[in-house]
Amino acid sequence: MIQGSEKIHKTFELVRKKRFNLKQGFFLSLIRAFGFSGALTLFVILFFVVYNGIGILSWEFITQPPIEAMTKGGIFPVIVGTVLLTAICMIIVIPIGVTTAIFLSEYSKPGLLHNMVMMSIYTLAGVPSVVFGLFGLAVFVVAFNFGMSLLAGSLTLAIMVLPYIISTSEEAIKSVPYSFREASLACGATKWQTIRKMVLPTAMPGILTGIILGTAKVSGETAPIMFTAAAFFTPGIPRSLFEPVMALPYHIYVLATAGTHIEETRPIQYGTALTLIVLVLGMNLLGIILRSRQRKKKAW
Amino acid sequence: MVENNNIFEIKGFSIFYGDFMAVKNIMLNIQASKITAIIGPSGCGKSTLLRSLNRMNDLIVTSRVEGQVIFHGVDIYYKDTDVIELRRRVGMVFQKPNPFPSSVYENVAYGPKIRGIKKKSQLDEIVENALVRADLWKEVKDKLNESGLSLSGGQMQRLCIARSLAQEPEVLLFDEPTSALDPISTAHIENLLQELQKTVTIVIVTHNMQQAARISEYTAFMYLGEMIEFGDTDTIFVNPHNKLTEEYITGRFG
Repeated sequence: MIQGSEKIHKTFELVRKKRFNLKQGFFLSLIRAFGFSGALTLFVILFFVVYNGIGILSWEFITQPPIEAMTKGGIFPVIVGTVLLTAICMIIVIPIGVTTAIFLSEYSKPGLLHNMVMMSIYTLAGVPSVVFGLFGLAVFVVAFNFGMSLLAGSLTLAIMVLPYIISTSEEAIKSVPYSFREASLACGATKWQTIRKMVLPTAMPGILTGIILGTAKVSGETAPIMFTAAAFFTPGIPRSLFEPVMALPYHIYVLATAGTHIEETRPIQYGTALTLIVLVLGMNLLGIILRSRQRKKKAW
Repeated sequence: MVENNNIFEIKGFSIFYGDFMAVKNIMLNIQASKITAIIGPSGCGKSTLLRSLNRMNDLIVTSRVEGQVIFHGVDIYYKDTDVIELRRRVGMVFQKPNPFPSSVYENVAYGPKIRGIKKKSQLDEIVENALVRADLWKEVKDKLNESGLSLSGGQMQRLCIARSLAQEPEVLLFDEPTSALDPISTAHIENLLQELQKTVTIVIVTHNMQQAARISEYTAFMYLGEMIEFGDTDTIFVNPHNKLTEEYITGRFG
């Protein structure tokens, strides 16, 4: 009798297994298809931009200013503008962001202030970038009287990317094990020495990754600089913080929508897009490499 | 017991976590240059008591203490106590080996560097000394620049001991230092502790009664936050006065 029931049980198991596999196979293919479509989209976009833009890319294109109403020539001032905007933005945002992260993860105790700061950061991270643009226009351009300028644009970008820098840095600092801090304190280190000599060096790869990805994000933004810094055309590179600049994302927008020679400038539009993509992908790649190296090193 | 040989005098000492009384009214003297073991079942407050000796419990926000811990005639819980100096003189080695994710050299040089020693030759000397005392020098002298995390578990724990020894502490507190190690590494560390007690006072919390019996001079038995019995290790293990101690040591509970 026992044998009999076992047999029946086994037969059931076989049938169930087969049906389960079919179902599993179906969903697995579905998931694969969706996953693949994500990668495919990226490659189609990349191919599209590279195919159209590679023809115009040359040493002259990236080192010469535009000429003849921007229908010919290069995009040198545009690249310089984006690099300057991004660099100044990062110089402003890194000290503030990392310091805030240290405060939040090491010093602030759970309570009203902590919750308020956290809430603000989460909310800021969800605000659309064009709103930051309008804010920059109202505050930096008009109220502070910076005008449409490199400084106003960099400050606006800094405010936009600040929550991202804070949250990635905070995460990196929090991932440093408690046992390290304990050991450091037991060695007779003060809290600040522990943070400076032990926590920050250990968290540095994570903080750097956040900074690099933040830089990539900033360099591709259009809306925040549209009303605060970006110029339709400037004859050369800016000589002071209070001059407007050209920038890659805005340049694409301008050539593709606002120019008088939209068709003629197509190759330049694609070339500019390709330059921007190479810049952003390059930085993302650096971030990915850093992150994977940090994961390998992480032995605790 | 000679009175002036006590390095720690714990008097009427209690520790609270919020409303919970983790350590209750402890009286205990710890003798200089000896190994004192604290044993007892999990949750009896022995680690809490150990961590109060260099005020590592301060890190837990809700903790508070009553009573006194006298170290060299000074109550370490007096409000003007220099906690940093206390922790330098009373070092601590933790249950799980926790070297920093930096080189062997940097691990040992961490404390001296924090104290402001910058001269390379002086640091080299301190590092070598500490590693020799921790019986690790022979194994790592050719890989001082390799990561401390690349060592074996037992070596890592000895590296942590060397890191503490680099401060020239008077007392070393060990919080179950071998519970994460294999028997051979454990034996190695036990031998090391017996060697170290010639120069450093050692207080060790352990789950392992044989370990306490093997290496310590004095043993304290704690149960539910109270000090049940304290005395010579031989007396405690061979002829305990208290029935609870006897039951614990013979393995009837724990």
